[in-house]
Amino acid sequence: MELVQAKVMTPSPLKATRHEKASVPSAISIKNLDVHAPGHHILKNINLEIPKNKVTVLLGPSGCGKTTLLKSLNRLTDLYKELNVTGTINIDGDDILNTRQNVADLRQKMGLLSQRPYPLPMSIYKNVAYGLRLKGIKDKKLIAHNIEKNLREVGLWDEVKDRLNTPANNLSIGQQQRLCLARGLAVKPLIILADEPTSALDPMSSSTIEKLFREIKSHYTIVLVTHILRQAKRLADNVVFMYYGEIIEQGAPDDIFKNPKTEKLRQYMLEGN
Amino acid sequence: MKQAKLIEEKIFKSLSGIATYSLIAILAFIIVVIFVKGFNALSFDMITKTPKGGYYYGGEGGVLNAIIGSLYIALGATLIAVLIGVPAALFINVHLVRHKKTQTTVRYFLDALWGIPSIVYGAFGFTLMLYLGMNASLLAGIITVALLIAPIVVRTFDEVLSKIPIGMQESVLAMGSTKTETAFKIMLKQGFPGLITAILLAFGRGIGDAASVLFTAGYTDLIPVNLDEPAATLPLAIFFQLSSPIPEVRERAYAAAAILTIIILIISLSARALSRRYSKTIIK
Repeated sequence: MELVQAKVMTPSPLKATRHEKASVPSAISIKNLDVHAPGHHILKNINLEIPKNKVTVLLGPSGCGKTTLLKSLNRLTDLYKELNVTGTINIDGDDILNTRQNVADLRQKMGLLSQRPYPLPMSIYKNVAYGLRLKGIKDKKLIAHNIEKNLREVGLWDEVKDRLNTPANNLSIGQQQRLCLARGLAVKPLIILADEPTSALDPMSSSTIEKLFREIKSHYTIVLVTHILRQAKRLADNVVFMYYGEIIEQGAPDDIFKNPKTEKLRQYMLEGN
Repeated sequence: MKQAKLIEEKIFKSLSGIATYSLIAILAFIIVVIFVKGFNALSFDMITKTPKGGYYYGGEGGVLNAIIGSLYIALGATLIAVLIGVPAALFINVHLVRHKKTQTTVRYFLDALWGIPSIVYGAFGFTLMLYLGMNASLLAGIITVALLIAPIVVRTFDEVLSKIPIGMQESVLAMGSTKTETAFKIMLKQGFPGLITAILLAFGRGIGDAASVLFTAGYTDLIPVNLDEPAATLPLAIFFQLSSPIPEVRERAYAAAAILTIIILIISLSARALSRRYSKTIIK
């Protein structure tokens, strides 16, 4: 019933789309993406250009398909047999859904930051070294150099430099999330996928992560899933509002937040504020 | 109403407390009975000598043959069970994660295997032994006990692995790890304390089981030096000595039981210490 009402109240997604055809090249190009689960159409004909080296925020209520869209980008949807993914997702000139490229190589182009940090069951040092070793780097000096560089990049070096060999689970949850980011950055990804990365963090840790995103966004394409409106406003260069598996509106944050075109987004913003 | 809830709370707390401490009391009672009944027979000879002539009529000697035989069989079988069980548990949790129905079916069969009585494994091992033209031997005993305890290793380790959040697996795969790397470098490490528990349970079952080795390992007063020689085991040593009409021999059965208990306690305590050590790095 709610779905029917939403359909009536919402103008056609195509009409509502205000994504600027700017000169910024796309890092990810999604065409006709559909994800089905038994008895549930999770993503419905998603067409989206994600600009390079910008923060694209996927915004929307719980269950609207944001995380599924994010997981489609690095094919973590492969882990769920019940999901049927069709369409094309072009990343770095390769249609990742239909490629013959090894999925592990493909995933190295993208770092993932999940809702809850998942450090590996090993020391802080080995956590960051893990990804480097996966890339075939064996030179200990190079590994040590990269570990310091990436830990500095996420602002963790000064906090952990004297205890690099202690287990990563001794860190606070905010530090663990930064460690996961450092671990992801170590493999030099093109894209960072962040699935509500601050939802389990306290306000100070959240603010540190947001600050980090602002600092690194000129070097990486960041796709951030969030349902926190204020966070979207603070971070986004491009906002995609999703509802029931569809893209309802997308565009620059000023445009989207100051002048929402659809009733659904207006309602969402009203409740979110 | 509030008073009723308070009474209900007190009754439940008392009953569950009684249940818990009763089990501990039963364990203590078993240990006390075994040690009291076997105390007179417990001697240095008992653990350092094999049975001499007339041992089963109260003559001199010990159960070193059964201690060594039991350790050989339990260690050999545990090694095989771990070699089979660890990849199997990892397969269920990494490769079958997309195939929930198959995963459930595999677990069902493993549970069924776990539930099969050890005498059935003994009978199966005996048939296999005859088919392969083997005699009752250390090897036949190891293989049969390995079959008996492999489901314990798989299912216990599987339970631990299944508790690892899928998010951790996703994070590792997202970095570009293959499933094999994820299984052996991360899942195994995260589940390692649980694996130690699985090994301990399997070893305890293996060293203490009499029925599976009755027809397969045989019994001898000698310490086996080859895999094709028969091997004595502590459970059978207890069984044979306990059925004796001679009181001194029956005392030795309790002493052998005390030795078996001590071995299991030592293994249990070492495993706990090891488990605690490896728990330091796991993510909670």
